[in-house]
Amino acid sequence: MSTPQIEIQLIAAVVAMACAIPGVFLVLRKMALISDAISHSILPGIVIGFFLTEDLNSPWLILLAAITGVITVVLVEGIQKTGLVKEDTAIGLVFPALFSIGVILIAKNANDIHLDVDAVLLGELAFAPFDRLLIAEIDVGPKSLWVMGGILTITIGLLIAFFKELKVSTFDAGLSSALGFSPVVLHYGLMSISSVTVVGAFDAVGAVLVVALMIAPAATAYLLTSDLKKMLVLSVVFGVSSAIAGYWVAHLLDASISGSMTTVLGIVFLMVYLFAPRKGLIAVMYRQRQQRTEVSLLTFLLHLNNHTEKSERHINHLNEHINWQKVRSQTVVDLAQKNNMITVTNNIVTLTPKGKEFTDLALEYIVTNKDDKIEYMKDDFFLFRG
Amino acid sequence: MDLKEYFSLVFSDYTLRTITLGTAILGAICGMLGSFAVLRKQSLLGDAISHAALPGIALAFMITGTKDTNLLLLGALVSGLIGTFWIRGIITKTHLKSDTALGLVLSLFFGFGMLLLTFIQKQPNANQAGLDKYLFGQAATLVEKDVTLMAIVTGICLVVLLLFWKEFKILLFDADYTKTLGFNTRFIDILITFFIVLAIVLGLQTVGVVLMSAMLLAPAAAARQWTNRLSVMILLAAVFGAFSGVLGTAISASQNNLSTGPVIVLVASVFVLFSFIFSPGRGVLFKQVRFWQNRRDLKLQKTLQFMFDIAKTHEDISHPHAIKILNNFQGFAKTSLKEMEEKNWVKVQGQEWSLTQDGYNAAENLYKQ
Repeated sequence: MSTPQIEIQLIAAVVAMACAIPGVFLVLRKMALISDAISHSILPGIVIGFFLTEDLNSPWLILLAAITGVITVVLVEGIQKTGLVKEDTAIGLVFPALFSIGVILIAKNANDIHLDVDAVLLGELAFAPFDRLLIAEIDVGPKSLWVMGGILTITIGLLIAFFKELKVSTFDAGLSSALGFSPVVLHYGLMSISSVTVVGAFDAVGAVLVVALMIAPAATAYLLTSDLKKMLVLSVVFGVSSAIAGYWVAHLLDASISGSMTTVLGIVFLMVYLFAPRKGLIAVMYRQRQQRTEVSLLTFLLHLNNHTEKSERHINHLNEHINWQKVRSQTVVDLAQKNNMITVTNNIVTLTPKGKEFTDLALEYIVTNKDDKIEYMKDDFFLFRG
Repeated sequence: MDLKEYFSLVFSDYTLRTITLGTAILGAICGMLGSFAVLRKQSLLGDAISHAALPGIALAFMITGTKDTNLLLLGALVSGLIGTFWIRGIITKTHLKSDTALGLVLSLFFGFGMLLLTFIQKQPNANQAGLDKYLFGQAATLVEKDVTLMAIVTGICLVVLLLFWKEFKILLFDADYTKTLGFNTRFIDILITFFIVLAIVLGLQTVGVVLMSAMLLAPAAAARQWTNRLSVMILLAAVFGAFSGVLGTAISASQNNLSTGPVIVLVASVFVLFSFIFSPGRGVLFKQVRFWQNRRDLKLQKTLQFMFDIAKTHEDISHPHAIKILNNFQGFAKTSLKEMEEKNWVKVQGQEWSLTQDGYNAAENLYKQ
């Protein structure tokens, strides 16, 4: 590995970490799309900042662009407050307008400005190591590594300092304001941090992909845990590992680094989405199927419980009467027999004492809707686990 | 070229005519379908789908090796639809919320698309240039064939809209009721989503991936402010969309270095801003005016009640009193007093006022309500 390669991976890892932390809170606060809006609407801020500072990595430019990000949030909330349109429409109206202004500003001043809309939107990590930071003529490393490292340090510092406040206001805004932490201050604090991170990251990974780095690791982690601390750690791990894996994929394919980082993030998310132990697609589908069978079983047992006459309990009659397909009836009858709840003699189905007891309990639960009746059955049945 | 010249050239110049017609049709279809997106609270679906269409364009190019617009747009349509259904899958099957799902699909598909685009660019194939026009759109590349395609799709969309008008409308406002009536809500839902995706894909060439969502939203959001009727809203949105298209093209053609997409979006945003402020029913301005009016009425009524309370303790209700005692309502008394005098509720003589019979009755009426 050459030095630039190590530096690129280092920058990628730092960017991924700095994005993942505010990303967790954005996802939890259902504001994931704000990051998309900010990442687009900082463009005019960057352009104006570039006019003033002539340096893409200047702290002033980052500050100015971050202010544009906060202005976006204020505008969205202002429009939302008028009640004329819903929040998502407000977001969808504000950021394209600001982005358009940015694009037009760049196009009109194409001669004076070495800024390419493609570059802003897509970024180019491969060039990041060539922009060095010189302190007293000594090369101390790539500029963007220092910038993002600074942002990451501030983010982590603020996270540790305000962890409790952030946690409370994220999950219970009412309680948080009752306890005296203003949700508004925390909200704008989070928005400012997100803006600064997006601006700092845009020239490494681009405006759209910064959204992926913010949302995808957090969403992936959210499918695996519901503990905030674990979620933070997991999303940092997902972000950093995808960033580094993405770099090598890009190296292999000779394609855009940020594109392949996102693709790796996408694959990781897809895998977790499909296979997450409790919240993944397959687990959910399995659970829903199981619940459907159990509801059928319950209906079946209740039907048996209600009828003493033989004609109602004939196995073929059940097929017609409850109107199930053959396969489903078979599954249900098998399940009931396996659990010793019914016996079948001469095609007549009869409830066993165990089945009778179960049916009575279930009936009582349905009538009273009290959990304690079925507490001990929860282990055996998905249905009652909610 | 200035605006006047543009409008004199638009009917004779082939390129200008094609582009103007194209952006107008695009604006109209986006406005029409965008109304549904806005009312269904799926405003940002457009943003997600337009980004999700990018890998489809790249893959279509990689598979066929041609840059035929129709084939590329077909690829975009397929990948946009996959994105849409994945969003649905994430929302219905996991506990992730819609904003996260939209953001995920948007950024992940776009990233994958960028990977493919950069991968294509490195291939030893001279044909690949120009794929990136789908990022920001280039209205200038519209040719008559594209406009014909847009017109056909708009026509089909219009027919379907009229055919399923009742179903679309009822699903929009009361999904549960629709289900109980026995309509196949899933089918209607997929149909309308399909057309929204189609409109987005059509616009990619003109305004590009990034700004497409505004094209869909802005005319509809502007139209929403002027009416509460669905049919009027859709019509208005189509008109706003078409006007934004034409005006945007005109402005960008009349200046150097102005790409059409951003200008169209800005024009549409101006429409929205204007509607937000000046719409008579919902607009911010008239809402504020009504608010002031109500406040003034309330103050006047308070003064009148105060007068009534004093007057009723006297035998002669028109017994004059000093204006000074109205000072409880400092500053407000003057204008209120003037207004009441005009209504002939009080008589003012010098520094004293007296309630008339009319005023007494009016005040009594206030208490009765």
